[in-house]
Amino acid sequence: MGKKTLMTGNEAIAEAAVQAGCKYFFGYPITPQSEIPEYLSRRLPEVGGCFLQAESEIASIYMVFGAAGTGTRVMTSSSSPGISLMQEGISYIAAAELPCVIVNMMRGGPGLGGIQPSQSDYFQATKGGGHGDYHVLVLAPSTVQEAADLMMEAFDLADKYRNPVMILGDGCLGQMIEPVEFRRRSSTDRPARDWTITGAKGRPQNVVKSLYLKPEVLEQHNLGLQRKYQRMIKNETRVETYLTEDAEIVIVAFGMAARIAKTAITILREKDIKGGLVRPISLFPFPYQTLEKVAEKVDKLLVVEMNLGQMIEDVKLGVCGKAEVHFYGRVGGMVPSYDEIVAEVEKIVKKRR
Amino acid sequence: MKKIFERPKSMYPVSTHYCPGCGHGIVHRLIAEVIDELGILEKTVGVAPVGCSVLLYNYISCDMYEAAHGRAPAIATGCKRVHPELVVFTYQGDGDLASIGTAEIIHAAARGEKITTIFINNAIYGMTGGQMAPTTLIGQKTTTSPFGRTSEEAGYPLKVSEILATLDGAAYIARVAVNDPKNIIRAKKAIKKAFETQMKGLGFSLVEVLSQCPTPWRMSPREAVKWVEEAMMPYYPLGEFKSPKEEGVRRE
Ligand SMILES: Cc1ncc(C[n+]2csc(CCOP(=O)(O)OP(=O)(O)O)c2C)c(N)n1
Ligand code: SF4
Repeated sequence: MGKKTLMTGNEAIAEAAVQAGCKYFFGYPITPQSEIPEYLSRRLPEVGGCFLQAESEIASIYMVFGAAGTGTRVMTSSSSPGISLMQEGISYIAAAELPCVIVNMMRGGPGLGGIQPSQSDYFQATKGGGHGDYHVLVLAPSTVQEAADLMMEAFDLADKYRNPVMILGDGCLGQMIEPVEFRRRSSTDRPARDWTITGAKGRPQNVVKSLYLKPEVLEQHNLGLQRKYQRMIKNETRVETYLTEDAEIVIVAFGMAARIAKTAITILREKDIKGGLVRPISLFPFPYQTLEKVAEKVDKLLVVEMNLGQMIEDVKLGVCGKAEVHFYGRVGGMVPSYDEIVAEVEKIVKKRR
Repeated sequence: MKKIFERPKSMYPVSTHYCPGCGHGIVHRLIAEVIDELGILEKTVGVAPVGCSVLLYNYISCDMYEAAHGRAPAIATGCKRVHPELVVFTYQGDGDLASIGTAEIIHAAARGEKITTIFINNAIYGMTGGQMAPTTLIGQKTTTSPFGRTSEEAGYPLKVSEILATLDGAAYIARVAVNDPKNIIRAKKAIKKAFETQMKGLGFSLVEVLSQCPTPWRMSPREAVKWVEEAMMPYYPLGEFKSPKEEGVRRE
């Protein structure tokens, strides 16, 4: 097996992409993720690939569209305002059913906002973001190691479903340094790619498109996409549960917030409050069933997010009225501390005890 | 009997959806003839725009993308960077290329992206029903410049070929027209040269085609070809604005 290296989350993501066989990157600089393009500008030429700094995020995502149409592994990365600009293209890529990986290292918003970490693009990432009925598969790592692992998987999933896959991290994950090991994969199982743009040699024309002028046909296309999303829901829902078995209160958090919540749970248990954690790893598909099961045994949940309450809507859908759902969030680039989370839990628990 | 004229092999045997007198159909045919003559159908990739020619892939039989409005040069870039051996062209209207897609075309040209752009300048937005385009002439009436375009309100028409010819990455830039047989023959020559420029790896190439758009111009096809010559050509002069100096030599 490989050896452990100290790396920032951004570098680990970039290296994992290369090791997953991604040879093409198109992007535009933005803090706090610029280390990804910087790393790839050095690394991709080594593997015979191509790094190109585009004139904008809009151009970047369409360069990704063009490369993805050839069936190759391709990615881009950005942060919140840049991802907003890419939304048009993400809608087109989802519609044209092309595989690609998009990294969003979120920063505080709305607007130009700030450059500190945030989770305020949850709605945008999981509910479509661009126009039309579509979804991207969204994976939310909470450690540098997991960022590298999920990045490798993201390329497989993109190929498997011919769909964009988003790695949703935040500025903190991108900048922090942790040991990481690249678990090199043997050859990946890549589905047949008879739809790709390669020049129509010895076969009829292929067209990569999203235009369906006849409503009957577009409806069928939409229903086909929906069937694909249902397959993702069935097969790709990922969630970590931590100490939920005996919990009296369960925290629900993803990414960086979940990591901090874990520390809070350790402290709470020392104080004799049995806390547990549900950490959605895939945000689309969302682990509704896990929450439903948890709510059958636990009557109090606390959703912790680095936003003002976005994932809480999905948590409530999963819980379906079977438990109280509380919320604690910090915004603007403020990261909740474990002390704050402990205090919040104590408030909820004491009220009831 | 000797066959002297036939459908290009790279065109499907279907009729196009364009208005009578429209230039798009003529330009499609010229591209198909050039693809046939160069024998590159199996390695050509087209990028269709948003606009009247959005269904380009229903007429020319090479592999194709259908782009978002204005983004064709970025898509072509992504494809060409993965497959440098392919011949990649974009086909774009003036709304597409000179308005919403100005950044993409300028930067593709500036990078010297080895792609070819066929740019249809009909001085109007055809597909959406005849609104003002960046290329609409001063005084020209459209549905959004009902009293005629004024420079005070809407600025001046964009001379795309002249602008792009200033960029070092652009290797071949020409403006042609398809309003009469003589110009159509010249247009084909320019399109062929643009494709050859790409195939020689010399840089970015673009052919701007002044094209008639009779319906939103509120003209008969006959009036439209006359208007191309009398109104458009004085502002948009035909000619080669940039041509590779040493053909066959790779540019640094
Ligand atoms: C993002 C976006 N904005 C607007 C439109 C609507 N639209 C479709 S075609 C078009 C204008 C096309 O004009 P032009 O490029 O000149 O081509 P023509 O139809 O004249 O051939 C517009 C604005 C769109 N499809 N997408
Ligand atoms: S509107 Fe103009 S560009 Fe469109 S088909 Fe008619 S003539 Fe051609």
